[in-house]
Amino acid sequence: MCLSIPSKVTKIDKERNVATVDTMGVSREAGLDLMEENDVKIGDYVLLHIGFVMNKIDEEDALASLETYKEILALMDEEDRQRAILEDDECPNRGQ
Amino acid sequence: MEKNITLSMGNGGEENNDLIKNIFYKAFKNNILEKSEDAAILTTAGKIAMSTDSFTVSPLFFAGSDIGKLAICGTCNDLAMMGAKPKYLTIGVIIEEGFSTRDLEKIVKSMKKELEINGAIIVSGDTKVMPKGTIDKLIINTTGIGEITQENISSNNITSDDIILVSRDIGCHGATIFCEREGIDLSSDLKSDCASLYPIIKELIDSDINITALRDATRGGVAAVLNEWAKQNNICIEVDEESIPVSSEVFGVCEMLGFDATALANEGTFCLAISKDQEQKALEILKRFNQNATTLAKVTSSHNQKVVLNSAYGTQRFLDTPTGELLPRIC
Amino acid sequence: MSLELKNLYDDFRDANTIKALAKLIDKEAKKLKKTINIMEVCGGHTHTIMKYGLPQLMPDNINFIHGPGCPVCIMPKHRIDHAYTLALRDDIILVTLGDMIKVPGSRGSLQDARAKGADVRFVYSPMECLKIASQNPDKKIVFFAIGFETTTPMTAALVNAVIKKDIKNIFFHINHVTVPEVMVELIDSRDEHIDSYNNQIDAFLGPSHVSVISGAKIYDKFPTKYNRPVVVTGFEPVDMMEGVLMIIKQFTSNRCENEIQYNRVVTHDGNLTAQKLINKYFEKVSLFKWRGLGNVPDSGLKLKDEFCAYDAEIKYKDILPKSEIEDHKLCICGDILRGMAHPNECTIFGTACKPNKPMGSCMVSSEGACAAYYKYGNLIKG
Repeated sequence: MCLSIPSKVTKIDKERNVATVDTMGVSREAGLDLMEENDVKIGDYVLLHIGFVMNKIDEEDALASLETYKEILALMDEEDRQRAILEDDECPNRGQ
Repeated sequence: MEKNITLSMGNGGEENNDLIKNIFYKAFKNNILEKSEDAAILTTAGKIAMSTDSFTVSPLFFAGSDIGKLAICGTCNDLAMMGAKPKYLTIGVIIEEGFSTRDLEKIVKSMKKELEINGAIIVSGDTKVMPKGTIDKLIINTTGIGEITQENISSNNITSDDIILVSRDIGCHGATIFCEREGIDLSSDLKSDCASLYPIIKELIDSDINITALRDATRGGVAAVLNEWAKQNNICIEVDEESIPVSSEVFGVCEMLGFDATALANEGTFCLAISKDQEQKALEILKRFNQNATTLAKVTSSHNQKVVLNSAYGTQRFLDTPTGELLPRIC
Repeated sequence: MSLELKNLYDDFRDANTIKALAKLIDKEAKKLKKTINIMEVCGGHTHTIMKYGLPQLMPDNINFIHGPGCPVCIMPKHRIDHAYTLALRDDIILVTLGDMIKVPGSRGSLQDARAKGADVRFVYSPMECLKIASQNPDKKIVFFAIGFETTTPMTAALVNAVIKKDIKNIFFHINHVTVPEVMVELIDSRDEHIDSYNNQIDAFLGPSHVSVISGAKIYDKFPTKYNRPVVVTGFEPVDMMEGVLMIIKQFTSNRCENEIQYNRVVTHDGNLTAQKLINKYFEKVSLFKWRGLGNVPDSGLKLKDEFCAYDAEIKYKDILPKSEIEDHKLCICGDILRGMAHPNECTIFGTACKPNKPMGSCMVSSEGACAAYYKYGNLIKG
């Protein structure tokens, strides 16, 4: 039972204990029954599952993951560049 | 006129005549209709195309459209997909007893507006009223005749010389209808893409584009069209996944409910198969109507009768015709 | 850089990142001494694997085994028959989530019941039941609750609302199941008729959102007691590629641990508020039969005795079918789920058993291994 998607909190109705969340231009109300009082704030990124906020998304951890992927890509590009140079050096047609 | 439609208005008597005169004839007036004959006498030039469709959409009014506009677009678009200019339409209406007369007037007004866009007229019609509870509010049937302006447009003619374009971003109608359903409670700026396609087809034909095939992506979405074409022509259609145009709102709905945009219905979006050398010219024309028009797929023979999706990172999968009722995925 | 919503979708699906991780997986897998079979338990993971063609990116010594990740697929026939029976009663409105209505029991599916005139409704959120109940005061609303730990707290929230607002016409048929128990069953069955010792599962990709609720702590026993590494992984393709890489690295560095890849939402302890809500209203049943797998001890949930007034299984016990119904004897779903057989080794795959006419749990929902193979055909590696 996994379909749960990242959304951004745009409104909070404390009386009804409901948040309004937006997913790429589509909004819906989401119950806050599974979150501690005052834990969720406007602007937070949360996971939405069947009409409820399931948990908050830790922005720092998300950004850290994305940073790691950027580093992997940079390393990969560097390796490809090195390999291209090596293949070029070993090309039998070179220097003729 | 009464506030609500009564059973007697479908009986062929005076109330029926009043209904027809005050609502239908008033909106659709033209020389043929006003003759009030049992059947319309028509003249056409050359080959004609003919199509029929019935409309049962619920809710009747939704963002961007209503059942009336849909009823005209649906049949006129089917004609346009054969390269025919819509000319004459009939309309059959079955109304539930108690239906709001004002709503009926609104729907008929929408139909009138859409007829004007297509340059078509209503030449014959029928109204019936059913007892309350026996049908769900309103059913409309439209049948249309159009004059062929470019011959040999056929879904059976597609070969590996062709490429496939799509006229705009996909899935808007299906996503809109689903959002407006009871209990889904999603709000957005989403609108149905319901629109008449003949103006675009006319532009393509007038610009000397030689069209191989056209099909509007209604129920079953773009996935259904591509699969039909692959099977009918015994070809493989290969789609670059990255090129499929989807708006962010439709993307949001698909994410939330677990849908695939290619499986969602459209009512104003079509696929176009043309020879490769005409790609740029055709795209330029399509983009004048919607910036999101794009080249969608090529024709190969790698897996005949199948549609293949190529990802941006080197993997492939089949895109199948959607089956069964569209239900939100929970997993 | 500041985080935008778009990043949470696009960047975890980025093509170049996927390609780069594929290269790293390839490199690391060369150090392995044997083939590794990785089971994903979560239906969402199976869906990602199939949709993004991840098996095509794997080296030959990495295989996926598709676990029983879909609470719709594993619903035993006789419990669907319960729903069918309740739905056909004139005074009941049967409410459930999404694709549950398509699954056939022994008399038909809830969709079939609806075609016969039953009032069956699917909802996006269980809280919709409150609206349906107030609009239909003379009817009884029975919520057929399904799902793993991800969805259980939402049912608990509905139970909470029903009790707080003193609503008299909502009842619950509880079919919630838990994941770690079935993971144990697959590798160490307590059923003497099942030979699980030939299972091929070497490691688990822990479910994304079950773990958000329950915390990664529920998998602690797999490395320690069963010598199986677990990496709790997100469901985007980049997440899954990273999760696979982390598993391979455990093998190449001789580690066996419970790790979290999906750390932007999963913690070791999980969502304690949600857990409290679940524990307030539910308790374990000793036996729940999973379709295709048989009885999985301690894997099912029921309403606690003090809330029995809301339990539809108790209220309607006189009319609910009691006998359990086995799947067809040619169905080998149990072996497929343990990685001991492939869908195309099943004699009825694609013939008597198809997505629109499923005979066993692996074909029932689009996440099932057989349904995925049927749909994606020979483009899938292996």
